[in-house]
Amino acid sequence: MKNLKYALVGIVFGLALTKGEAISWFRIQEMFHFESFHMYGIFMTAVPVGALSLLIIRKFSVKTFSGDVIEMPKKEYHHGVIIGGLIFGFGWALTGACPGPLYAQIGSGYTVTIVTLFAALAGTWVFGRIQRYLPD
Amino acid sequence: MEFLYKPWPWYVAGPVIGLAVPMLLLMGNKRLGISSTLRHICAACVPASIPLFQYDWKKEIWNLWFVGGILVGGFIGGVLMNDGSVVLMPREIFNWSEVVTTRGLIMMVAGGFMVGFGTRYARGCTSGHGILGLSALQWPSLVAIMSFFLGGILFSNFVVPYLV
Repeated sequence: MKNLKYALVGIVFGLALTKGEAISWFRIQEMFHFESFHMYGIFMTAVPVGALSLLIIRKFSVKTFSGDVIEMPKKEYHHGVIIGGLIFGFGWALTGACPGPLYAQIGSGYTVTIVTLFAALAGTWVFGRIQRYLPD
Repeated sequence: MEFLYKPWPWYVAGPVIGLAVPMLLLMGNKRLGISSTLRHICAACVPASIPLFQYDWKKEIWNLWFVGGILVGGFIGGVLMNDGSVVLMPREIFNWSEVVTTRGLIMMVAGGFMVGFGTRYARGCTSGHGILGLSALQWPSLVAIMSFFLGGILFSNFVVPYLV
């Protein structure tokens, strides 16, 4: 099962999201009201850990465990990052969930968030359907 | 054993979350990203000859294993390692009998729809842009995360108060 290792990373990731309360609707409102440092603290430690590891990978040309060259992530700009980004932000405030927490919220016992996940799937599908009419 | 039930401080949760970036790269050149799984599920279940869903989603199956893990992690953290003292969602809103109310429809259905629509439009979410993109110093990801926050600040301050 070569994919099982990704599930294990997912479990640790989901556990950290949940125990760190990053999937908490209350924490998300608090973050958008600037009432607590907690969520900002999570971002301000997660990103430097990611950045530092990418720096080490690049500097020492670290290979994957199977010996392949690691390709550095590159993100292209398009207007969707602003337009889509705002729309996502609206939904994030309402649901208290970005896509990772969508899954973790279901697991954490709030089974009704399956509805949120299905609605997100519908949103993704409708975007695909009308993409050609939207500015990119 | 008391400590098992306690929430983690940000300086523990944050670094663990950040470590997913190198772990996925080292294990197989995989880039942290979660909204992509919504696309894979659409491509697998209802592609409907829509160009966005015409690709070999089976090549991205690792991504679905990853989010399956997140769901299990949510169960371990939210159910097994929770004695009931940590409440993550307002139960008066997020419960099955609320789904068919106006408030429930707006918060769960319309909210979820915007999460799926917006993240695909932005080609990434809080993990792909927010964690991976910022870690790789990609400026479009910075624009994305600022837009996520602007949208969230607006709705959380000016819309959510009228719903709860």
